[in-house]
Amino acid sequence: MAPTSTDNALVRVRGLHFGFGRRVIFDGMDLDLRRGQVTALMGPSGTGKTTLLRLIGGQYRPHRGSIAFDGQDVHRLSRAKLLELRKRMGIMFQNGALLTDLSVYENVAFPLREHTRLPESMIRDLVLLKLDAVGLRGARHLFPDQLSGGMARRVAMARAVALDPALVMYDEPLTGLDPISMGVAMRLIRTLNDALGLTSIIVSHDVPETLSISDYAYIVSNGKVVAAGTPEQVKSSGSEWAQQFLKGQPDGPVRFHYDNSDYGADLMRKALA
Amino acid sequence: MQSRALELLVGFFFCLGVAAIFILTFKVASVNGVGSGPAYRVVATFENIGGLKNGSAVTLAGVKIGRVRDIVIDRATFEARATLEIAAEYDNIPKDTIAKILTAGLLGEQYVGLEPGGDEQSLKDGDTIRLTQSAVVLENLIGQFLAGKAQEGAK
Amino acid sequence: MKKAIDILAEFLRGVGQAQYFLAATLAATPRALAKPHLIAQQIYSVGVLSMVITVISGMFIGMVLGLQGYRTLVGFGAEESLGVFVALVVVRELGPVVTALLFAGRAGSALTAEIGLMRATDQLSAMEMMAVDPMQRVVAPRFFAGFVAMPLLAAIFCVMAIGIAGGYAIGVELLGVDAGSYWSQIRAQVEMDDIWNGVVKSLVFGAVVSWIAVFQGYHAAPNSEGVSRATRNTVVMSSLAILALDFVLTAFMFKID
Repeated sequence: MAPTSTDNALVRVRGLHFGFGRRVIFDGMDLDLRRGQVTALMGPSGTGKTTLLRLIGGQYRPHRGSIAFDGQDVHRLSRAKLLELRKRMGIMFQNGALLTDLSVYENVAFPLREHTRLPESMIRDLVLLKLDAVGLRGARHLFPDQLSGGMARRVAMARAVALDPALVMYDEPLTGLDPISMGVAMRLIRTLNDALGLTSIIVSHDVPETLSISDYAYIVSNGKVVAAGTPEQVKSSGSEWAQQFLKGQPDGPVRFHYDNSDYGADLMRKALA
Repeated sequence: MQSRALELLVGFFFCLGVAAIFILTFKVASVNGVGSGPAYRVVATFENIGGLKNGSAVTLAGVKIGRVRDIVIDRATFEARATLEIAAEYDNIPKDTIAKILTAGLLGEQYVGLEPGGDEQSLKDGDTIRLTQSAVVLENLIGQFLAGKAQEGAK
Repeated sequence: MKKAIDILAEFLRGVGQAQYFLAATLAATPRALAKPHLIAQQIYSVGVLSMVITVISGMFIGMVLGLQGYRTLVGFGAEESLGVFVALVVVRELGPVVTALLFAGRAGSALTAEIGLMRATDQLSAMEMMAVDPMQRVVAPRFFAGFVAMPLLAAIFCVMAIGIAGGYAIGVELLGVDAGSYWSQIRAQVEMDDIWNGVVKSLVFGAVVSWIAVFQGYHAAPNSEGVSRATRNTVVMSSLAILALDFVLTAFMFKID
């Protein structure tokens, strides 16, 4: 299942092993994010999709394996180099993770103020440009607690692209949005990617919506990629597991029951105790 | 952000706090630097120091000019040797000054009172005050008083 | 038995983490100072917003001390010493201690809740991913602001308690102690050392409360229960730390005096 073409990859994950304590999250995972493409990473909750984004960003260290960003091994960099590298990544967290003590405008301006010495007029132009791209130029004076979930995520998108990064990572951009906001968010991810020449990765379990805008998709389970390819290839994948996930069947390789010990035996044990 | 108002309030808070510290320093504490500025030390030996303690005041004409820094027993004479720390600005205290242990009020704290003599030379760091008067111990005083009465009665 | 060892190990680990966290905070402080507007904002939220409660508490403590002191002293005919009594108690003990307890309840808990919420809503992670060090941007300014604000609050508290609105109001205005002797007795008996001891205490308390507060917030479990537990921990641990440290510092200060 390993991807075949790797020439054009901005991010290259090879043989990734990672876990929390005894819980294994990734068990030899390979993955490529190709330049200019929108890549979807799908799988059920708890498969470490968000963890992968943090590994790419260098917040966690892999136990084994490597993650290369534009040819640089993320986890061999010095702290200063890593921070430099992060300026080339934008990330949108699940609920936006806007800084609650700053206005919408200041949230988008935040990375610019922290990392550049641009004059105020230039910052204003850039911020308004990004906010306009997500359709929230008029909301710039609001504070995060005055925004709806969909608006907060759009602001977070504007912030993620504020520094014109090479890679933008979306962590569950659609969860909990109403259908209209969902459609808006999906279209935005695609247009931002194409208009700004980005590389994007969407981590999600909203199957049809995510597949509809991705160029390439990975389905992960138990720390490994179980299906990969274009949306069409994934949909027709032979993996029993991928089929269960895509079609949302309650039972299959992923068991409905958490613990599969025999029910009758369990009842007997209790009776004896 | 209304940063102007915020800065104003922070500035106000800061000034108020600093002003409070100044009030405490100048209005509440005795600011004439005794015990903190430069000082010199002299030694005075007493037969009995009564209730004198480390940190007790040293006064001249009722004005506090220093404090007691150390009290030890002289192993040869069994007298108490008190080290007095006196603010450096009072550098012309005559050498034959008398050090008395006095009591503030009837039951108050004991302190060292200096009574200047007439010597041309002044006390310097490390000098010893030769003329001293010990603490008045109330029991001794009462004893003397009773003895005096007894003598009167015998006459 | 094994459980007891686990609890002990967990405790020691927490202590170690807190030490490491303090070192990291101090290391981040110089760069945080390069952005004074952030510090100003934090001084506003820990200092200015704690001022009202400090002032009011100072007044009441001063008035109570005035009443209690008067009742005791008047029996010895020593009510002239009321000022000294109030001033020494307030400057040496109650000023720093009560202010620190109020500070822990008002500012410390708010700091913890704020940082814990930033943790729970991924704001801290988001900063890290934007190549902004949260230690420098979030923790250090708050810690520093607490350290600076505490002595100022304690001083304000002392002035309120001793002065016009506190002990003075009760002693002089209400009970008829002579105003001149109220002040002159204070000035004769309170030493500069007493003031400095109070300042040192409040600096230590400010640092400790801020340290506990930012640590608890930063290491709060990222959910609403974790934040509420961290907030409670801050208030409980700060209060205990203040009282225990007050004893240690007082014993130490009597020794060197």
